[in-house]
Amino acid sequence: MPYLGCEETVKELKRALSNPNIQADRLRYRSYITRVIRSMTQGLDVSALFMDMVKASATVDVVQKKLVYLYMCTYASHKPDLALLAINTLRKDCADPNPMVRGLALRNMCNFRMPGITEYIQQPILTGLRDKASYVRRVAVLGCAKMHSLRPSTEIDPSIVNELYALLRDPDPVVMVNCLRALEEILREEGGVVINKPIAHHLLNRLKDLDSWAQSEVLIFLMRYRPRGDDELFDVLSLLDEFLQSVHTPVMAATLRLFLRLAAAHPAVQADALLRARGPLLAACGSASRELRFAGLCHVQQVLRSQPALYSGQYKRFFCGYSEPGYIKLRKMEILVELVNDENVVLVLEELKSYCTDVSPELAQAAIAAIGHIGRTYTEKCLDILTGLLALQQEHVTSAVIRTFRDLVWFCPQSIGAVCRAVEVCGENPQDTEGKQALLWLLGMHGEQISSAPYVLEGFIDGIKAELSSAVKTELLTAALKLFLCRPAETQDMLGRLLHYCIDEESDMCVRDRALLYYRLLQCGVDEARKILLGPESDPSMTVLAGRPEEPVGCWASGFNTLGPLTCDRGASNEGLKHPQVRLVLFLPVPPGAAEGPRNTGDSQEEPGLTLGPPLSHEAFERLWVELRVLHRQTLGFPPPAAPPETLQAVLQLVKVQALAFSRCEARPWKAYVCARAGSTLVLAELLHGDPAVPDSQDALLLSVKQRPENLQAIRGFVSVVLDLTYTGR
Amino acid sequence: MISQVFILSSQGDHLIYKDCILMHYSQENSLDLYLKLVGITILLSVQCPQRNKNLNFIHVRHSGLYWVVSTKDNPSPFTIIEFLNRLAALTKDYCGSLSEKSVRMNFALIYELLDEMVDYGYIQTTSTDILKNFIQTEAVTSKPFSLFDLSNVGLFGAETQQSKVAPSAAASRPIVASHGEQVRKNEIFVDVVERLSVVIGSNGVLMKADVEGEIRVKCYLPTCSEMRIGLNEEFSIGKSQLRGYGAAVRVDECSFHQAVKLDEFDTYRILKVCPSQGEQTLMQYQLSDELPCAPPFRLFPTVEKDYGSRLLIFLKLRCDLPPKRYLTFVGISQTVARALLLFSLSQELSSPEQSAELQPRSKAVLWTIPRFPGGAQLSAVFKVEVPRLSSASLLEVGPISMSFELPKYTCTGLQVRFLRLSPTQPGLSQRWVRYVTHSDSYTIRI
Repeated sequence: MPYLGCEETVKELKRALSNPNIQADRLRYRSYITRVIRSMTQGLDVSALFMDMVKASATVDVVQKKLVYLYMCTYASHKPDLALLAINTLRKDCADPNPMVRGLALRNMCNFRMPGITEYIQQPILTGLRDKASYVRRVAVLGCAKMHSLRPSTEIDPSIVNELYALLRDPDPVVMVNCLRALEEILREEGGVVINKPIAHHLLNRLKDLDSWAQSEVLIFLMRYRPRGDDELFDVLSLLDEFLQSVHTPVMAATLRLFLRLAAAHPAVQADALLRARGPLLAACGSASRELRFAGLCHVQQVLRSQPALYSGQYKRFFCGYSEPGYIKLRKMEILVELVNDENVVLVLEELKSYCTDVSPELAQAAIAAIGHIGRTYTEKCLDILTGLLALQQEHVTSAVIRTFRDLVWFCPQSIGAVCRAVEVCGENPQDTEGKQALLWLLGMHGEQISSAPYVLEGFIDGIKAELSSAVKTELLTAALKLFLCRPAETQDMLGRLLHYCIDEESDMCVRDRALLYYRLLQCGVDEARKILLGPESDPSMTVLAGRPEEPVGCWASGFNTLGPLTCDRGASNEGLKHPQVRLVLFLPVPPGAAEGPRNTGDSQEEPGLTLGPPLSHEAFERLWVELRVLHRQTLGFPPPAAPPETLQAVLQLVKVQALAFSRCEARPWKAYVCARAGSTLVLAELLHGDPAVPDSQDALLLSVKQRPENLQAIRGFVSVVLDLTYTGR
Repeated sequence: MISQVFILSSQGDHLIYKDCILMHYSQENSLDLYLKLVGITILLSVQCPQRNKNLNFIHVRHSGLYWVVSTKDNPSPFTIIEFLNRLAALTKDYCGSLSEKSVRMNFALIYELLDEMVDYGYIQTTSTDILKNFIQTEAVTSKPFSLFDLSNVGLFGAETQQSKVAPSAAASRPIVASHGEQVRKNEIFVDVVERLSVVIGSNGVLMKADVEGEIRVKCYLPTCSEMRIGLNEEFSIGKSQLRGYGAAVRVDECSFHQAVKLDEFDTYRILKVCPSQGEQTLMQYQLSDELPCAPPFRLFPTVEKDYGSRLLIFLKLRCDLPPKRYLTFVGISQTVARALLLFSLSQELSSPEQSAELQPRSKAVLWTIPRFPGGAQLSAVFKVEVPRLSSASLLEVGPISMSFELPKYTCTGLQVRFLRLSPTQPGLSQRWVRYVTHSDSYTIRI
């Protein structure tokens, strides 16, 4: 950084430092040294003073020594030849009777960054490792790591490694932890420090003597250890138990992570640990330090991925405080959405509603989106709030509400009527691109229920010259065509104008091509256009699939207590929910012979897609089931879906599988019989869970498939569809 | 493993820079990268971790300063944030107060602290007991002239009642007394600090009330023996437990510092601890939903459409505390009409020392009351000129938020019965117990 009067300052300091009068006066001399350091911190290059500073290092004044060492460590690499002059003083200090001076000298000598320093520091470090003062040992242990980093290519000295392993038994806790850190650095190429059974047990027993920083670090090292057998595992866990409720958030988080990892095979233990750590984690979320609050919230979000119910009782803790910064508020809203249940929905919605009028448009829109998310389950309540918000007549609110409406209509078709009425009375149109697109989509999709739709569209078409976004123009084309198909008389004229403009005058190729496509489509006839354009509408049964599946703890446990949860893209895990169209893949009508379901992308060319065909009667199914033998048997690895039979039936219908019979949800054993047609073959299948006679079905779903005539490709396709379905449907 | 530690001023100047590991690129390089990444002006709103190339930056804010750590690894965020908080707390302990000026004046001391706290990027120790043996530099304090210092002197030099209370600046001095000071004050402060967050619905119903409290000890005794802190005997934890016959003092959850010995806690509610120099938190507790007392404020708002395009906001504020108590620094803000850019305000307040102003940035009216005695009632009328007023504008009149400080009062009723040092310290040792309740977030819906 260029600095005004930089050379002048250096010259002046140099003059002062070499002035014998000043050198004689201890306090004045020190104040000049302080000024040197100050200039150094401000970014001024004071390396020219190195010689004078070396002279200043020969002093009994510890404060002055520290300042000079700080200077030397910074500039040693610039002036290696001069730095060698200082080495002698430092080596002499390493033999000082005062342990503090010994430690100080050794630490700073190791911090010199210059080639060839290692030959000078090796001997003092080895002496330091056996020093009687723990302060010096601490410094020496880390000195080993520094020495290694100065010449990373040389071979590792086994004697030092052995000595460090031996020092793990040092009575001083900091020396012990430093040994772990140093070994980790030195042995990085070989996979780091080895945590075998004796070391692990030693560390566990010493854990109580350590301070919180060391504890959290040792707990991370212990992640490498795998206890042999359940007995040892539970001994270890019971030792760790008390740290789960530590006041120090780092210790609690590290313990929880270790718990989740060690107990990976015992989900009940994991759940218990999460429950016990709930209090401390909540305390972090309410901490006075907002950075800590933010970190706590991000980690709560991770826990909610597998246990959404864990924090529902504490939902009020996630209400936003008015002075909190925006990023904390956004996280809290995301968490509130996850916590909603029948008891708290009214209060949570009321809270979210009050955020909708926030001064910051970003927060207001996030609150509206959050209400929309809750609306997928509690449609009516949310629709009332959202409709009420339209009365505010503010651009950013209207835009967000319209976007939320679009998503809501897709997920909850029962809301179409109410949404159309709301859009009808909404006086103001959104002005931003996304809002416009959403409004146009609604007008096109449900134009027959919105009586003012043609007038609104006409407004857009009249203003198309001023429209900048090509995405809006494309959406406008689609909406106008769709509206034409259901209300031709009112729309024909404006559609003509729109197509004319887009084909003749539009400069954006995408828009022009789309207009040409629609034009030619209309030439083929209105019926053709309708068949192609008005695709499948959303189905009420899809709400079953919209629910986010509970993920196993293992999905996120490895990233717990790292920066991962803080930096991860918000909502990356529910990508599919944000863009309902992504899921469409599953529901598009499948042309015969094409791939079915997203899983079978590899060898899918030959697999016949599933078709519904004429329904099979129960008697026919029974006859065939008895007659045929089981061709394929597979456990699906998860329990049966908890949804009621009607929804299951509807979902199966969507993927062209006919359901014949279901047990009730909670019945044991649970059974379901389904059938499907794939090309020319008929697939019959039984899903079985919890039958004591069949051991495979005890804790997972067992799928048995029979078929006539045999076609293994079809079975594979069928199984993958069922897998997708049962997994997402959970 | 920490690569670098910075302390930046709010303008982005480097006050402190420490390169912990032997990195081979220069200081400017990585710090400028960071500043470019966040941009110091945007830094205010930037959330915690930032990533750049292979360095992660984590910062916290304290007293207008940015405390930044960069690291190459993927460390525990809790550890780093707690470390930075601890660094700030220690700096405050050693320098007396925390500001850009005190950091600039004491930079040698802070480098010394950092040198002992972190070696090669690994946290060595942050305990004042150990650190005090190694720290040699004396703190430089600056005492700005302040009118508050004179406030204890009453009319004609008579002592006012306030002098029985420790002055609020008493605890902001360095823990290590400088040699220039003749009398070393052997003082110990025990602070019970509670943060209150309340939401009151539009119908006056209490929707949420949370208290997060802590007992903090700030100790200036050079060598400290055991200290015994007696809490209310009726103090109970959790819902089931009830003790004593008096009004129960109840908290939901409670946790203690490692150093606190709890052998007499169960029967006598006594905390035993040997405090080390500096500030530390002995106990943290939380209480949700069931406050033993009513919330300190009641507000009766009326929002009306006056003739023309004028919005009439009538606020009546009542303080439900006993008359002896008082509040200091009450600030009330209310969002009005966010989308409307031009509007003017006229006000009628009940006393001249209050003030009200319109904050254009947050579109809110801020009503400041310097001192508010318990049992009193204040009222204010705001007339806001809003162009294009419609009935929808009434919906926009947002919730009312209050920030205040309530000295000598705890919402949970937690009290320190006694504070004993054993064996008794020779010479003068002064013990102070202070209570304060802050508003974390006090919101009243309209």
